Amino acid sequence: MEVSKIVENVAFNILKQAVIYLPDDVKQALKKAYTEETSETGKTQLKAILDNIELAEKYQAPVCQDTGTIIFYVKAGSGVKDLDKVEAAVISAVKRATKEVPLRPNAVDPFTGKNSGDNTGRSIPVLNWEIVPGNSLELTVMTKGGGSENVCLGGMVVPGEGIKGLKKFVVDAVVKAGAQPCPPNILGIAMGGGADVSMKLAKKALLKPLTEHNPDPEIAKLEKEILEATNMTGIGPMGLGGKTTVLGVHIDYAHRHPASFPVAVAFNCWASRRSTARISVDGTVEYLTHKLLW
Amino acid sequence: MVVYKFKTPISEDQIRKLKVNDVLYVTGTIVTARDQAHRRALEYFKEGKQLPLNLEGLAVFHCGPVVAKTGDKWIAVAAGPTTSTRMDIFEDEFIKDFKVRVVIGKGGMGKKTTDAMAKYGAVYGAFTGGAAVLAARAIKNVKSVEWYDLGMPEAMWVFEVEEFGPLVVAIDSHGNNLFTDVQKSVEESKQKIYQKLGITS
Repeated sequence: MEVSKIVENVAFNILKQAVIYLPDDVKQALKKAYTEETSETGKTQLKAILDNIELAEKYQAPVCQDTGTIIFYVKAGSGVKDLDKVEAAVISAVKRATKEVPLRPNAVDPFTGKNSGDNTGRSIPVLNWEIVPGNSLELTVMTKGGGSENVCLGGMVVPGEGIKGLKKFVVDAVVKAGAQPCPPNILGIAMGGGADVSMKLAKKALLKPLTEHNPDPEIAKLEKEILEATNMTGIGPMGLGGKTTVLGVHIDYAHRHPASFPVAVAFNCWASRRSTARISVDGTVEYLTHKLLW
Repeated sequence: MVVYKFKTPISEDQIRKLKVNDVLYVTGTIVTARDQAHRRALEYFKEGKQLPLNLEGLAVFHCGPVVAKTGDKWIAVAAGPTTSTRMDIFEDEFIKDFKVRVVIGKGGMGKKTTDAMAKYGAVYGAFTGGAAVLAARAIKNVKSVEWYDLGMPEAMWVFEVEEFGPLVVAIDSHGNNLFTDVQKSVEESKQKIYQKLGITS
């Protein structure tokens, strides 16, 4: 079995799944929000979102025209061979998906302003690697829209303020973001590690299903507290007012330097696009978040 | 909340009827324009050059669509709105120069645009961000693409649409701006939230 062929195929499939079919947990959360939303205008927005999700599935079209920056998370078993071929296979899958799904070309050279036209370029697609014991390769894709990316925020709070500082940082970020990240949003929040690590963890936390909460009960409590607090803002669906501003909050952390308290908030729009598959060493593929419909 | 269905070209009288929170559906011609197309259109006007089409009474759509070509025919695959605030620096002049009656986008626009809408008779219709297939299904025909040298997202796409919406009237032609109202009350809610979280600001 040729590794690069399988990886290319799987990367293409999960990318196509992600941009067309939203995960069940997100759909359920949006349906619940529609039932519970009391603002008439907010309800029109959630109705349009739910109709749009159905139409995307029916016509196999991307759920949003901004098919995002393409980010892969690779969990590589230490027993898997030819790992050096994975990156090229993934890049080839992205080019193919851009043509065939199709995806909007979203990779622009910051100096020349030139769009590469195929969603690849310097450090794009993004690949995040993790080496784990075992003989399988788990591949996850997230496609991240520009609107929600533009309001992601990293910063430093005073260590003496601790968690209170974090809470204020998050509330202020949500208020400042307002309508821009296409609410209702999902928030990935992280602290510690350093300026880079906190943002990486915050973004990765967006991959967790909304039905999942932090296994540490104290952190789970904080997730709930921030969820309730940010929904008190009244920003509402698409910033037109209402009680549904945030669908879910995921918190992660790393240990920190005694003098530093890095914090980061990663926003995702309601169109939270992600998909995961596992390739075993014998070449069998398991799609873990979506059914393969083609 | 009143639901309106307008056909282009839309008159100033029709537009003046709309109030914030009303819902509008547009049938007829809408034209996409993002940052680059706005800039070029205004340059053309200054230089006395004709635009590829007359925009009077039409709707301008802040959108960078995914468009596919089969044979020589374009098809809009996904066409939701982009963030409108980026066009705030152009829109007042754009409304004045070209007499567009509806600006469609997401996220709202600022005071300069609101003032121009009141002065010249235009509204801002918020289309649900990300609802790209809902938008694409209302596009019955891609009439033409102008300024394709700007790239697929930035080009000026001329769409023939049927009941394009729902558009929530978020800025009307009477100086009301729903986004500004919501923002104001959101700012006011901050103290209450701080208190709940035990934060002393």
